[in-house]
Amino acid sequence: MRRIGYGLLLLLLAGCGTHQQSVTNSAGTQAARIEILWWWMLGILTTIFVIVVGFVLGAVSRRRGGSEQMPEAQVIDSARDRRLSRVILVLVIMVILFEFGFLVASAIVTKYERGMSSKNPVEIQVIGHRWWWEFRYASSQPSEVVVTANELHLPTGVPILIKASSADVIHSFWVPNIAGKRDLIRPYQTSMWLQVDEEGVFRGQCAEFCGHQHAHMAFYVVAEPMNRFQAWLQAQKAPAKEPLEHKARQGRDVFMKSPCVTCHTIRGTDAGSRVGPDLTHVASRSFIAAGTLPNTRSNLMQWIRDSQSVKPGNLMPSMDLETSELESLVAYMQSLK
Amino acid sequence: MSTIDRTINEQEAGELKTKLHDLWREPPGFIGWFAHVHHTSIGKRFFVTAFIFFLLAGILAALMRLQLSRSESHLISPDLYDQIFTTHGTAMMFLFAVPMMFKAFSTYLVPLSVGARNIAFPRLNAFSYYIYLFGGILLFGALLLNTGPDTGWFSYVPLSGPQFSPGKRVDIWAQMITFTELSALGVAIEVITTVFKLRAPGMSLNRLPLFVWSELVVAFMVMFAMPAVMLSSTLLILDRLIGTHFFNPAEGGDPLLYQHVFWFFGHPDVYIIFLPGTGIISAVLAAFSRRRVIGYMAVVLSVVSTGFLSFGVWVHHMFATGLPALGMSFFSAATLMVVVPTAIQFFLWIATLWTGKLVIRTPMLWALGFLFVFLIGGLTGVMLASIPLDLQVHDTYFVVAHFHYVLIGGAVFPMFAGLYFWWPKITGRMLSETIGKWHFWLFFFGFNLTFFPMHMLGLRGMTRRVYTYPPESGWQYLNQLAGFGAVLMVFGILAFLVNAWRSWKGGAPAGDNPWGASGLEWGTSSPPPPYNFLFPPTVNGREALWDAAPDQPVVTGFHNDSREVLATKAIDADPEHISEMPGPSYWPFLAAVAVGGLLIGSMFTPWAVVWGAIPVTAALVGWFWPNKNEVERRRSREIWEPEN
Amino acid sequence: MGTRELTPRAVIDVSRLPNVVFAHHSLLWWGTMGLALIEGMFLAILIGAYFFLRTRVVEWPPGILPPHLLWGTLNTVLILVSLVPNALVKKSARKGDLRKVRIGLLIMCAIGLVALLIRAFEFPSLGVRWDANAYGTAVWVLLGFHTTHLITDCIDTIVLTVLMFTDKVEGKRYMDCYENADYWYFVILIWIPVFLVTYIAPRLL
Repeated sequence: MRRIGYGLLLLLLAGCGTHQQSVTNSAGTQAARIEILWWWMLGILTTIFVIVVGFVLGAVSRRRGGSEQMPEAQVIDSARDRRLSRVILVLVIMVILFEFGFLVASAIVTKYERGMSSKNPVEIQVIGHRWWWEFRYASSQPSEVVVTANELHLPTGVPILIKASSADVIHSFWVPNIAGKRDLIRPYQTSMWLQVDEEGVFRGQCAEFCGHQHAHMAFYVVAEPMNRFQAWLQAQKAPAKEPLEHKARQGRDVFMKSPCVTCHTIRGTDAGSRVGPDLTHVASRSFIAAGTLPNTRSNLMQWIRDSQSVKPGNLMPSMDLETSELESLVAYMQSLK
Repeated sequence: MSTIDRTINEQEAGELKTKLHDLWREPPGFIGWFAHVHHTSIGKRFFVTAFIFFLLAGILAALMRLQLSRSESHLISPDLYDQIFTTHGTAMMFLFAVPMMFKAFSTYLVPLSVGARNIAFPRLNAFSYYIYLFGGILLFGALLLNTGPDTGWFSYVPLSGPQFSPGKRVDIWAQMITFTELSALGVAIEVITTVFKLRAPGMSLNRLPLFVWSELVVAFMVMFAMPAVMLSSTLLILDRLIGTHFFNPAEGGDPLLYQHVFWFFGHPDVYIIFLPGTGIISAVLAAFSRRRVIGYMAVVLSVVSTGFLSFGVWVHHMFATGLPALGMSFFSAATLMVVVPTAIQFFLWIATLWTGKLVIRTPMLWALGFLFVFLIGGLTGVMLASIPLDLQVHDTYFVVAHFHYVLIGGAVFPMFAGLYFWWPKITGRMLSETIGKWHFWLFFFGFNLTFFPMHMLGLRGMTRRVYTYPPESGWQYLNQLAGFGAVLMVFGILAFLVNAWRSWKGGAPAGDNPWGASGLEWGTSSPPPPYNFLFPPTVNGREALWDAAPDQPVVTGFHNDSREVLATKAIDADPEHISEMPGPSYWPFLAAVAVGGLLIGSMFTPWAVVWGAIPVTAALVGWFWPNKNEVERRRSREIWEPEN
Repeated sequence: MGTRELTPRAVIDVSRLPNVVFAHHSLLWWGTMGLALIEGMFLAILIGAYFFLRTRVVEWPPGILPPHLLWGTLNTVLILVSLVPNALVKKSARKGDLRKVRIGLLIMCAIGLVALLIRAFEFPSLGVRWDANAYGTAVWVLLGFHTTHLITDCIDTIVLTVLMFTDKVEGKRYMDCYENADYWYFVILIWIPVFLVTYIAPRLL
């Protein structure tokens, strides 16, 4: 008995961990409504569970047949059976009514989500790739479109329109703290509205098995007030800064001579491939490799030199570079704020 | 036909025993094994083979638990992990759950439960076994050769299509489905024919045992659902191998088509797995409450309506795909509706327990455990029926927890209940109650410790099918807890294997009816003789042995020099005609080899279908080619049904 | 088994029951109907897939003409005409009339082979390859599905015909002929939706 108690306590404590990627730590409007529904349903269904199991245990403790021999099969009391059947009928009707109520509550939550709209929403295109996220901030001016990867900045308190699609296999866009998920299926582009109500950094992760590095396809959502968001967006619109350090400029040369250019874009340079993530402002991001490694100098070095060890099977080959070349390349990367 | 009162004396009966034994026994020896056609022999093979696949798939699960017990573990590479989780799911669903709950239990028990000497189409039954075995060998063989499928047990396109999964891995998965579905369809036809045409006189449809009802409903479901997965896997393999465009959006195809066709099968599939369990629970609860289950009609209608309704809910697997809201709401409502008949069964079972004189033996423990575990799974299922809730927990460990609660609760627990219940009948020996209790409690606690934390993991953001996770996620602790629970489950299974072994080697003799149960199968020896019943029985009520009259008639009038069985009318089971069952034959095995060759060859070249058709045709011709002596014997005693 | 079966008891004597039966009395009928249900379901879902794919594109057939009607219609006529000899086989088998059964089966063999020959012309007359686009895929697989059944039924019928000319003729063989005719009815029946969807639907959708 005590062991069960300890176990339960441990289980409860286990609930404390990071809340950055959690359904029950809602920071978005949809997630908040779903969370309410969740807690209500947990409460009601647990109660039902306790009652039903109570009856089962009650029946077990109530009437025991013989211990060794199997007693004779019983003569049936049909009247009692019929009474019980009527009780069951009432219970079944209650089940149906409860389910109907649940259906209505769910519909209300869904309707609220669909009721969201806005005249001038922040519109973001989300494109799932194997195994990274492309984010394109829409603008009426093509030159004002911001393309970034793996880190999604969102303004708080306003409806945001997400248009999601996939470049290859099925992925699923999911930030539990903000809203439910949406599958990204080529050739479809689906629209969903989001709203974040609280500032913070939240972690999202691909939620549809998409191949060998599905486990390492995360992204971070930075929710900030509109003014800070606009400032960030402005900074992202700018092309890559001219690197100040000599080493970084050397690194740019390494970049342009290496296979890097075949996959990556750095706006303001000749590198314009869309196969891999846009690196124009890679140093402004907290993580690299789709939320896999913190964006530090040593991690950048490890990632470039040996990406196949970090994410085996991913589509970026490990780079065979001299140490000095690697160091200057990383210096260049770190200059791309 | 007329009912004649006649007595049978001891000497006659003794002679008959010998005669029937020689007539019906299976050919002995290793080679003879390949010619067996009696349902008890084939049924035992289904049980053993399905259980072995259960153990193998369980080992794969243990490997997954091991890998996930530490964050960023490098124990298993992502490529291998993807093969492991795919093979685990595929094997559990296609090689264990349906073969055990439907094929094994039906094959062995349905003919006995309805009073027949053998299952209808015995050679098809044998063929169904071999083709299933070959499919399983294909899958695990592939895994051992590092070409195991690696795109998940439902293998969505485009990931599993030709562009993103080159090589043979997915082809093997798709063809394995063909093997196992052929097998299930064969058994479905046999079960339906047996139940409708080979029942004991007096067993009208409203006197069919509840277990038989559940297997009958499942047989129909198999016939409607399996074609869908046959189609989805065939279309997939065609896209991959000969360039068709069912799922290729660039040429007018659509990945969503795959999901619709697959889940049209996939959802009924889980009820195909669950409903036999309800039949087993009804049988076990009745025996150990010493009374029939309350509300026979309601139980039957619940099983039938669950079967129907389960075909109308498949889109609840696709709530996240962005389909139109109105359509999805329909499926949300239907998903909630399908719960209702099962709730009715639950209430009726509890009422049966409440009014019964309960005897707690191991089969009953498993039945009670089922009530506990499946209830949790069913309740999380109610949660998942809600579109907004589902959009949060879909494709997370919450769903993994849900479906393990309903599958292990709804199939594995009833399976053990049924195995402990019918083991004495099948083997003639008792299992140990003490070891049985250890088995139950280890498995029960282990299971809950493994899977309950997964609800929380899902809510904390852990998605499915990940080979690892970052340390900052905080998921390691719950994963380790789950791993510890898995260890307990392993010990529980080991206890069962020890129990089975000891019983097999020298368990207490069981006698005909150790539980005092009511089914017809308990009215013959343990194990049954090769002819099942010395005299085919008749019945007088729903609980055959409990409702039997003191002088319940038996059936006589057979020639007893060929495998004659009595066929009865479909609704009322009045005697109708005599049908002759085939004797031992190697053709089912040979045909299975030929079909297997064709299917495996066709993964490499479409011409295999053409060339492979030749041995298949030859095997089938050999199968059906009549034997001269048998023809002459039958010709000499033909009685034609009058035309009307 | 205890001593129950050894004590005197009442019996039901079935020695005078028939052992050659037809239609839903025979076990084989149930097997044939089971097969029909399974394959019918397969076809229904396949046709569902066809219509699903139709909704994915603007033009149907995409960029090409619908299939030529000649060979398909010819085969349809032939298949419908085969209803007559098929019915003959069934009726004669029920009566045990060997001569008529043999004639009927020989006609059915011939019809089956001719139908397969015509089918070989039908495929190219579709006007599209199976790997050209989803439409091409769908019509080839639809036609291919029916062709598979046509082939197996042909082989069935040929084997049965041969048997009816051997010394292995007995009541059971007549039951087999009767059920084989049912299978042929099934092949005819499923041809109708396959024909309509393959040849007519592209002209209407």
